[in-house]
Amino acid sequence: MRMGDSVASWTSASPAADTILPPRHAALVRVTHWLITLSFLALLLSGVEILISHPRFYWGETGNSKTTPLFTIPIPSSRGTVPTGYGYVLPDQNGWSRYLHFQSAWLAVGTGLLYVAFGFFQGHFRRNLLPARSDLSVRGIASVIAGHLRFRRPSEEETWSYNVLQRLTYLLVIFVLFPLVIWTGLAMSPAVVSAIPAAVNILGGQQSARTLHFFVSGFLVLFLLVHVLMVLLSGFRNRMRAMITGRAASRMEGA
Amino acid sequence: MSKISRRKLITTGLAAAAGASGLGVAAKLAGRYGLIPPDAGGLWGAGETLTYAAQRILTRHSMAREFARSQISKVPFANDVDPLGEEFQRLQAGAFADWRLAVDGMVARPASFSLAELKTFPSHTQITMIQCEEGWSYIAEWSGVPLSHIFGLVGTLPKVRYVVYRSFQRGWWESIDMADALHPQTLLTLGMNGGELPVAFGGPLRMRVPRQLGYKNVKYITSLTLTDNLKRFGKGLGSASPEGGYAWYAGI
Repeated sequence: MRMGDSVASWTSASPAADTILPPRHAALVRVTHWLITLSFLALLLSGVEILISHPRFYWGETGNSKTTPLFTIPIPSSRGTVPTGYGYVLPDQNGWSRYLHFQSAWLAVGTGLLYVAFGFFQGHFRRNLLPARSDLSVRGIASVIAGHLRFRRPSEEETWSYNVLQRLTYLLVIFVLFPLVIWTGLAMSPAVVSAIPAAVNILGGQQSARTLHFFVSGFLVLFLLVHVLMVLLSGFRNRMRAMITGRAASRMEGA
Repeated sequence: MSKISRRKLITTGLAAAAGASGLGVAAKLAGRYGLIPPDAGGLWGAGETLTYAAQRILTRHSMAREFARSQISKVPFANDVDPLGEEFQRLQAGAFADWRLAVDGMVARPASFSLAELKTFPSHTQITMIQCEEGWSYIAEWSGVPLSHIFGLVGTLPKVRYVVYRSFQRGWWESIDMADALHPQTLLTLGMNGGELPVAFGGPLRMRVPRQLGYKNVKYITSLTLTDNLKRFGKGLGSASPEGGYAWYAGI
């Protein structure tokens, strides 16, 4: 049986206890999931550290401690030149943070490209993430949201497949948020924009790119929080096992 | 073991072997084409090498963005510098008439230039952004002598691969590769926004490397050394930045 085959082929199989079930998640999905997790957490930690050295945001090309910010994050800074209102300065962590940020970014981009190639060539996106046309109605989506709001337990089918809301969210993260966070990150690089000026000009300037990078990262963090919360609510052990070993709980195990 | 999983095992093995030897070849090619930064060893070596190599391939001849006069920042910002000491004050009192730029290393004719001499050389003016790794920035008009002009005067030897530059501030030194050193926007900067370069912004002489972040744009330049090997300088990591925990290459 081919890896990642559809639910139908599993349910139609003989329910004998020794039946080899297809993995809930293909091996490549599981490996790339955890590599992305690792790199994202490293990017988040180092990104926050870098942010602390100048917790002010601007719009347009330039901005500094002498210009009016778009907004500021009310935290102390690791630089004495930033007016924060706090009477102390945090230690400078930018050296290793910047090294870690870019190393993790390479890991994330490499892993992401591998995953996207797999997704297209092995039918993972088409089969597991593209919503069925019939589910793409306001009523269909509303019913999933209503189910969530009532803390309805996920159905047996949902152990083996994603609902329409999950599918749309994952597609948004993979094809909108990740490309945007990479783009806005590269748009801050003076070397990259010397070769591709449009990368920053379209965004409205280098400081705009920095501000957008912050917001897109914020959306990714929001996704992470909701994602982890849903895993906790829907059965932490089973979901973790499915993403680590590939085995999903089935009715036969009395789950 | 089923037929498919055996085939898979063989494919995976072959892919891994190809990947490993591919990496070896890539490393060799990167070394030959100067795509490995001096701080490539250690924990962050992989990321740094990828960043430097990728950006070098992408940007070998690219020009930093230049801006309109109207975009020049009305309030440029400069980080505080440690007190520069009595010697600097003495030079400043004399309008930097005694400031010297020494050029040595792999050159046919080592030389030393006064600011007055530098001002007689062909000048280049550009309106570019300076970005600090902390996240802030400003745009200014910078004018000065293209670094490449100095190379012609001292006669660089063909094997030169890096230029080391030092600040009057003790312990501050940096280096760049020839792609940046020969770049037309890399300036020994003498003027800013139509006037003399203020001391707060690196006057009397600052290195401007607009395709890299602020910390490569060292203030108070006193000497240049042309070399084919950065291992001989400091701890061998390329500049003071990696010794202080910061990446040698600062294009991002």
